[in-house]
Amino acid sequence: MLLSISRYGHLLSASCSSHWLAALLCALCLSACGERVTESEAPSHAMAQEALHSEPSGSLIVYSSRNEPLIQPVFERYREISGVTIEYATDKAGVLIERLKAEGENTRADLLLTVDAGTLGFAASKGLFQRINSPIVNEVVPAHLRDIDNLWTGLSLRARTIVYSKERVDPAQLSTYAALGDPSWQGRLCLRTSKKVYNQSLVAMLISEFGEQETEQIVQSWVANLAIAPTSNDTQVMQAIINGQCDVGLVNTYYFGRMQVKQPDLPLALYWPNQGEAEGGVHINLSGIGLLKHSKNVAAAKAFVDWLVSDEAQAIFAGVNQEYPISSSTTVDPTVVAWGGFKSSEQPLSDAYRLQPTAVMLFDRVGYR
Amino acid sequence: MLPVLITLTSIVSSYGTDDQGALAHLIRYVLPNSLLNSLALTAGVCLLASAVGVTLAWLTVSCEFPLRSFFAWVLFLPLAVPGYVMAFAFVGLFEYGGSLHSLLRHYRADSGWLLNVYSFGAIVLVLALVLYPYVYLLARNAFQTLGQRSIEVGQSLGLSVRQSFFKVALPMARPWIAGGILLVAMETLADFGTVAVFNYDTLTTAIYQAWFSLFSLSAALKIAGILLLLVVVVTVLERHSRRQRQYAEGRNAARNSKRLELGFGAKTAALLFCSSIFMLAFVLPLGQLLYWALPNLSQELTVRFWSYVSGTVLLATLAMLVVVTMAVALVFIARQKKGLVVTSAVRLATLGYALPGTVLAIGIFVPIGYVDHWLHSKGLSSGLLQGSLLVMMMAYSVRFLAVAYTPLENNLLRVTPSIDLASESLGVAGMTMLRRVHLPLLGPGIVTAMVLVFVDVMKELPITLMTRPFGFNTLAVRVFELTSEGMWERAALPALAIVVVGFLPVYLLIRSTEVSPSVRASK
Repeated sequence: MLLSISRYGHLLSASCSSHWLAALLCALCLSACGERVTESEAPSHAMAQEALHSEPSGSLIVYSSRNEPLIQPVFERYREISGVTIEYATDKAGVLIERLKAEGENTRADLLLTVDAGTLGFAASKGLFQRINSPIVNEVVPAHLRDIDNLWTGLSLRARTIVYSKERVDPAQLSTYAALGDPSWQGRLCLRTSKKVYNQSLVAMLISEFGEQETEQIVQSWVANLAIAPTSNDTQVMQAIINGQCDVGLVNTYYFGRMQVKQPDLPLALYWPNQGEAEGGVHINLSGIGLLKHSKNVAAAKAFVDWLVSDEAQAIFAGVNQEYPISSSTTVDPTVVAWGGFKSSEQPLSDAYRLQPTAVMLFDRVGYR
Repeated sequence: MLPVLITLTSIVSSYGTDDQGALAHLIRYVLPNSLLNSLALTAGVCLLASAVGVTLAWLTVSCEFPLRSFFAWVLFLPLAVPGYVMAFAFVGLFEYGGSLHSLLRHYRADSGWLLNVYSFGAIVLVLALVLYPYVYLLARNAFQTLGQRSIEVGQSLGLSVRQSFFKVALPMARPWIAGGILLVAMETLADFGTVAVFNYDTLTTAIYQAWFSLFSLSAALKIAGILLLLVVVVTVLERHSRRQRQYAEGRNAARNSKRLELGFGAKTAALLFCSSIFMLAFVLPLGQLLYWALPNLSQELTVRFWSYVSGTVLLATLAMLVVVTMAVALVFIARQKKGLVVTSAVRLATLGYALPGTVLAIGIFVPIGYVDHWLHSKGLSSGLLQGSLLVMMMAYSVRFLAVAYTPLENNLLRVTPSIDLASESLGVAGMTMLRRVHLPLLGPGIVTAMVLVFVDVMKELPITLMTRPFGFNTLAVRVFELTSEGMWERAALPALAIVVVGFLPVYLLIRSTEVSPSVRASK
């Protein structure tokens, strides 16, 4: 509680300090008008305070590759509690990064929000970010889910795990990602296209664990086990298992969650692989945010990032898409809790942008489309 | 033309930058297959789209059969269906466990004969179904303006219906059809959304892979260069098909003539053909969208939804006016000054249509960034880049000039040189001639161009995404927002709305060109 008060205090001081003069002027003007119309007494100090709170105190601009339905509720909540309006432009991350490079120091954007650690790392390597250096972020967000130099931080986690048919698979047969290449899964595995970043970051993790050569053999063994050509999305993988075309697949958990909402009696279940000693844990990628070097509202932007890792924001940010919150103190959505706990990979995600292209090239070599 | 040049320059300047690893990898493992796939796909789609488009145009313009005037306009509607939406609807319909399989199994019927939706044929079919309207529209335009008289002459010389089609109508309509096929080819080469649904690798997907997955924009631009080279080849082929010919014909050609009467068998065949295309390209996919949209109606049909609709209409109207005006100007410049320089410059200006939208968008964005920096350094705060309409319109012009240019250019072919000479002899020349003689004669071409641009801008995504002002949304943007996280069923409503908004202009267009010969004759 104390922590959250101090956070809000920080937030208020940040957003007010830059605009207090404008707000005060505005409050005075309002009071003057009020006086003329109602001929009431001069407004008390408290009323001026109130005007200061209700007036929007500035705005921030976010470039986001996380889509509108998933960010708009979070931004709306922030406007309600702080008065800061968040404007945003959504597009593919690669496009937004080029756009920021083209705009250079003239950009009006303050923050870049993406759904993949690789693109954040790429943006950082292009010098687009400045350090966030927030004690709150450093305390809430574990080090491996932040940039080494604090150029960006994760906001929610996306776990990519094994999904299997409850009718045809005994979970005791499952163990690790690599084991899906075992001959016993011949003609029983379904995968989404390798063009999706989720698969690229998963295999990037395998590369940093096993090295490129061994990973290439693992992916090759997956391809050999495929029951149907790679699908264009995660939902199709699950649909194919329901149809009986295959028995196991890899999905991000929130796709499973969405399907479960529609069909509570889903004949599928999630399995958490790599839980054994020294097996690395479940692969996670993240949605994260970086503070842009050429932001003109650094203080307000930092205050916003601090709020984003707070319990209230985390509950909306992760909850709206059934993802896992970055902060361990946030209560998780009950459906998500029902999937059970797991040990997640602790490899630093700062490396993702260097390893993902390696993963993509590996896919092309083994013919994983 | 300037914007295209700027874009091309940034593509050319990418040669020489260092991206050894990515490029070497792509050349070895990705490009051979992608290039072959792109060629095969383009050839397949052009073939199917032109066969369907020309047949439908010939049937609805020159032949008489039941429901003809109904089919004349509804068969143009698939143009308003974005390719990726058609693709996803088809997957929903035909995939294993999809709507049609379930329906058939419900009635215990065999579903094994259904189209395999992940085959090459299915991709060709889906693209051809959304793209044939270009050929259909231009071919209709040709058959209408060429008039029935030539066909009557042919028949009086003893040609059958089939012979008059192949020996008279088809050769005379060739430039129009070629123009339509060119648009289809360019659109197929530039397509990303549709092939991505089928996970089919083309040059465009290779561009996206280089850029977004290998983080190498310069390698992506180099592949875009190869793509453009292909387009230049296709364009030259199209030019070649119409060289040394004059296609001018009397203006009142369509008057006082009747459509061909078909025999019973031919009538049935015509009816069957038109209805099956209509079913496949429109009724089935829209039914699938409706099936998805209905359960999510309350969730999607909010106040904001109507702002997407108005945003779409506003943007498409504005772009339509700007792009068609530019295209008219370009057409006249090309007609007045027939030098090699002008001709190639005009060709160059229409190349933008064949670039993947995202590449084009960034190609426009980068140079504008330089301008913005320059203005800033002169102490002028321009804010040019931040979602201004100017940038948006410029980008649309680059992308859609070819769409507006093709029908205009063909219509101008019909304005005989003798008309120019006659008007000059009456002292009407230059701008006055343009205003008082050419523009009225161009009428149908201008309407066609306007509708094509309107519908295309409505569907357009990458440029709109990148250049729109903050908080400004269109239906296509909404579809993107929902589909980028796989929420296809919620995206069905905005996708449907795109098609519905497209109804009106399409209906008006077909009505304006559907002043039928027989009606005139009866007056």
